[in-house]
Amino acid sequence: MTGRDDLTDDPAVDLADDLLALLLRIGDDHLILGHRLSEWCGHAPMLEEDLALPNMALDLIGTARMCYGYAAEIEGGGRSEDDYAFLRDGTDFRHMLMAERPNGDFAHTMLRQFLFAAWMHPLWDGLTGAPDARLADHAGKAVKEMAYHIRHSGEWVIRLGDGTTESAHRMRAALDDLVPYIGEMFESDDTAARLVAAGLLPDPTTVRAAFDSTVARTFTMAQLPPLEISTGISGGRAGRHGEVLGHLLVEMQFMQRAYPGLTW
Amino acid sequence: MSDDAKNPKPENPVSQNLMPLWEVFIRPRTGLAHSHVGSVHASDEVMAVQAARDVYTRRGEGVSIWVVPSASITASDPDQRDENFEPTASKIYRHPSFYDIPDDVGHM
Repeated sequence: MTGRDDLTDDPAVDLADDLLALLLRIGDDHLILGHRLSEWCGHAPMLEEDLALPNMALDLIGTARMCYGYAAEIEGGGRSEDDYAFLRDGTDFRHMLMAERPNGDFAHTMLRQFLFAAWMHPLWDGLTGAPDARLADHAGKAVKEMAYHIRHSGEWVIRLGDGTTESAHRMRAALDDLVPYIGEMFESDDTAARLVAAGLLPDPTTVRAAFDSTVARTFTMAQLPPLEISTGISGGRAGRHGEVLGHLLVEMQFMQRAYPGLTW
Repeated sequence: MSDDAKNPKPENPVSQNLMPLWEVFIRPRTGLAHSHVGSVHASDEVMAVQAARDVYTRRGEGVSIWVVPSASITASDPDQRDENFEPTASKIYRHPSFYDIPDDVGHM
């Protein structure tokens, strides 16, 4: 920690630490999931989706850039957004585990994207009036992006879930794979509780209600069973990640590791 | 269930015509007509609008999208091109280019 005394009792400083933690959680969720979506580029099942998937990836990476840029300013240690993305090791990342899960098949990727957007949409919606101009301003843009992600991925969830025997089988399998990772979205801790109290995170019950309603509407049309969220697998917010993250970082960070300071 | 015999690879949905072709029209900005920009494959009209949005409006090209099943378009016969269009070539008087425009009107 550079630029301030960590032993201070000043509540404004605590809140700055909490905001920094929030920016890294959200930023890492978006960067890692954005990278996963970008892996489809050139491999999607049809040209139309080969453009749609990178479009969504770029939305997510745009949010990550905002988060890292803002985090760097709060931290005041001279780091740039690239330092957060390319020069941190796996245990420094704070994304939830669902974000790093491998893409699987197209049904798996679409369901994961739908679940993520169904969660982020009400979160951004609640932040549009946040007492932090930077966050509130970005929320206004991100809420529209998430609305489109819900629509795009949701329509696919419906068509695959209520499609052929093969597509329905794959969508059910994707749901079985992803259910254990949903609980982490709704975990809370002291940091999150203080952010809610400060208006820098929306009330978790509001977010959960919106998520449940979006999911229920789409799952009904997709002939999927009602979603039951269990405690499941977590640890991402504490930096405990799966082996898959290492493989992802090797590819994502290769250029900066092999050629430090390289620019386009 | 990974047995290929139990789950044979499905036929290409495009060749099965489960993903028919749609013509895409975009209105660049309020006040101008929708213009044809290209086509997309999609299972239905909802997916066609989404595909059109993702393929043809990535650089702020439009504020409105129309999609039409390509099969619904009736086109003129290329073999009738001469009889359709050549007779107009000699009727230059149909062009409004024989009027003197007063200077005060300016550029039209």
